[in-house]
Amino acid sequence: MRRLQLLVPALWLAGFVALPLLVVLLLSIAQPGPGVPPFLLPFAWDGGLVLRPNWEPFGLLVADDYYVSAFLQSLWVAGGTAGLCLLLGFPMALGIARAKPHWRAPLLMAVLLPFWTGFLPRVGAWIGLLRDEGWVNGVLRGLGWIDAPLPLLYSDLALFLGMVHAYLPFAVLPLYASLSRLDLTLEEAASDLGATPATVFRTITLPLAAPGALAAFLLVFIPAAGEYVIPELLGPPEALLVGRALWQEFFQNRDWPVAAALAVALLAMLILPIRLFQRLEARR
Amino acid sequence: MGLLEIAGLAKRFGAVPALVGLDLRVEAGEFLALLGGSGSGKSTLLRLIAGFEAPDAGSIRLGGQDLTAMPPHARPLNMMFQSYALFPHLSVGNNVGYGLRREGTPRAEREARVAEALAMVGMQELAGRMPHRLSGGQRQRVALARALVKRPKLLLLDEPLGALDANLRERTGFELRALQRRTGASFIMVTHDQQEALALADRVAVLEHGRLVQAGPPRAVYERPATRFVAGFLGAANVLEGAPDAAGGLDCPGLGSTLRAPASMPAGTTACALRPERIALGQPVGGANTASGVVEDLAFRGDDSLLLVRAAGGTLLRVSHAEEDGPPPAIGSTVTMGWEAAAVVPLAG
Amino acid sequence: MRRLGLCLGLAFLWLPVLLLAGYAFSDSRIPFQWGGFSLRWFQALAANERMLEAAFLSLRVAAGSATLAMLLGGATGWVLARRGPFAGRALFGALAGAPLVLPEVVTGLSLLLTFVMLQGLTGWPAERGATTILLAHATMGAAYVAVVVQARLAGMDGMLEEAARDLGATPATAFRTVTLPLMAPSLVAGWLLAFTLSLDDVVVASFVSGPAGTTLPMLVFSMLRLGLTPEVNALAVAILLLAFLAAGGAMLALWRRTEL
Repeated sequence: MRRLQLLVPALWLAGFVALPLLVVLLLSIAQPGPGVPPFLLPFAWDGGLVLRPNWEPFGLLVADDYYVSAFLQSLWVAGGTAGLCLLLGFPMALGIARAKPHWRAPLLMAVLLPFWTGFLPRVGAWIGLLRDEGWVNGVLRGLGWIDAPLPLLYSDLALFLGMVHAYLPFAVLPLYASLSRLDLTLEEAASDLGATPATVFRTITLPLAAPGALAAFLLVFIPAAGEYVIPELLGPPEALLVGRALWQEFFQNRDWPVAAALAVALLAMLILPIRLFQRLEARR
Repeated sequence: MGLLEIAGLAKRFGAVPALVGLDLRVEAGEFLALLGGSGSGKSTLLRLIAGFEAPDAGSIRLGGQDLTAMPPHARPLNMMFQSYALFPHLSVGNNVGYGLRREGTPRAEREARVAEALAMVGMQELAGRMPHRLSGGQRQRVALARALVKRPKLLLLDEPLGALDANLRERTGFELRALQRRTGASFIMVTHDQQEALALADRVAVLEHGRLVQAGPPRAVYERPATRFVAGFLGAANVLEGAPDAAGGLDCPGLGSTLRAPASMPAGTTACALRPERIALGQPVGGANTASGVVEDLAFRGDDSLLLVRAAGGTLLRVSHAEEDGPPPAIGSTVTMGWEAAAVVPLAG
Repeated sequence: MRRLGLCLGLAFLWLPVLLLAGYAFSDSRIPFQWGGFSLRWFQALAANERMLEAAFLSLRVAAGSATLAMLLGGATGWVLARRGPFAGRALFGALAGAPLVLPEVVTGLSLLLTFVMLQGLTGWPAERGATTILLAHATMGAAYVAVVVQARLAGMDGMLEEAARDLGATPATAFRTVTLPLMAPSLVAGWLLAFTLSLDDVVVASFVSGPAGTTLPMLVFSMLRLGLTPEVNALAVAILLLAFLAAGGAMLALWRRTEL
């Protein structure tokens, strides 16, 4: 029984987490081929083991501006989203942590529910709000502030709105966790020692919440860097992030090795933030 | 033959030895306290007896039966956990009845015995409560009832009073001993609190670095500590260092005097214990077992005052001054001290 | 100040959702425009064959993957919280947490490539669709279940199982009578979370699915690509409602029992 309890999840993790990651690595140096599936493995058995790795996909990623810019844009959008989530999430987390005890759980639930509910419906809502005949343009026109609709949808604005809306709960949770653990007597001690409320915030609250803030930033940054749906549905056509580039290579160009190489490169880019995040979590 | 017989028990965790060849005997109906600091191996010993750890060497026998290779659930003994480990999803009654259920005791008998066990700890009204709705003291009683309901010959108690308030401790301690007498079971209690051990147990066993350093009735261990560690751990005796002189005494330069016990110091003795309450003030100075010094500090403790006296040779002595002997000397004053030879206890290590 | 920040944040989170929900009941042909109360778009959904088929597939996959995720994630969380050290524990922990931090496109692509390779080597899975989506979603869901279960067990006194053993329970009985009941709320919550996760996923499903398998989110996504129509609006609200119930149930399951 005990052995089974370990063996079954271990086999599952080996087959459905470890193996797929190895397969992506393998495929990223495979030859594209005309057949189905459209690749040739980087090794073959021909009386002996024959290696035929193809380094072209990775060469392409480094040399082609198209891919380089995809990575830079991903960094920019993920970093910007994480930063905005932090700015918006900090007062929210602080508000919940300092609310009366019986209010905290319902407030936290109000923040977390959207996280678990309908990612697509929420993107849909932004389309409805931002498109030319949408709600925002309607209100602005009704107020007489504009004559022609503002091109809000398929813009960077829409992209960031959608991203922040989707990922904000990710930021509030770790911020709340670190702020609710913060000993309130520390702030009282600081004001007892002569610090003004602003100074207390700057010298006590903020530094002590810093690990939580870093965790919040990373928790948003990591999934945002590979995001596909929001840039596709809300962003401008030229916002070609890594996720979108990968999707196109795979579904439109059917170039599986390049798609796999993009996945490997994305993982390589995220390995540092992921390790950092895990270190932060382990320290708790 | 004792009820519990432990021989050559050894256990190490990685490179750290927790127990080193320990021998211990517990008689039927005896209340034994295992006393020691953290890392002394006392909790490991308890977990080995209960079967949660397997020893590297040695044997554990209970009532003549070898337990060493037996899984915990088959061992005819029970344990009360330090955290109480009450099952949070079961009511008080079901917590207490859990062990009987595992034995397949019929329902009617089970209910009767649960009621009996709860009555024993004065908790019969709360059988339907969930554990999280109990106070700390009530939890402790439920844990006790749960461990006793199977009528074990041996009950292991891991810091049974550790989680209680100071004022609840004394009362619960008395109740614990009354319960032990009533059930006739042997109790082995692990504690780091020397007062608790001295007050409750028939016999105290002091552990240090995985070794049994001294075992005996509380009074004997308290009055005649065998080693520096026991002397310091139990009642914080003064440990005076010195060198044997030709007349069978111990010459203590730190005291500026010589210690003399009723008999000659055993060969190789380098230290003696002297209890603070055995030192009398205002004795004439001169010869062995007297000293003078300056009172450096003083703490009032209710029925006595504790004085820190710097002896002429530089050693700081703890001296207890009883209230009935009048006001204690002032800080800074010079005092003379003396004590009986019987108060001087040569230490072995 | 703090309260203002909180209110603004909550308004930002909830206003778009509430507007979407409200306008789903509008009679107007143009989304986000009020044309009087009507259920016509929901009725249109109920008559849409393709939509119903996708919804049925999604519910089946979500229920199946959540159940599998609950079993696997429960075992994983138990191993991480309760089983002592064993060879490869660090690797086990890293792999168990990996689906939480891997970008969806990477998870989707890597699982698809694995299915393709497996098919080439063993003939299984013969075709991609409901089964492959279910397996992929179970993998992701199990990681979430494991986190919830592990957190719950870690918050529990580790001596409880030992107490059961001491009172005469065999390891199996101790697991059944103590560990499992303690895990139960987190298993329920985990199931519901895995269920909503599956019901919400476009990316991974798109990768591992074949021509036969179009889930509801995949359908909504392809419709949203063309913009928002009142029909999609109504559909989005239906999904929202379902996910809302499941997520709310999950949080209640965990929340109500925290006092234990």
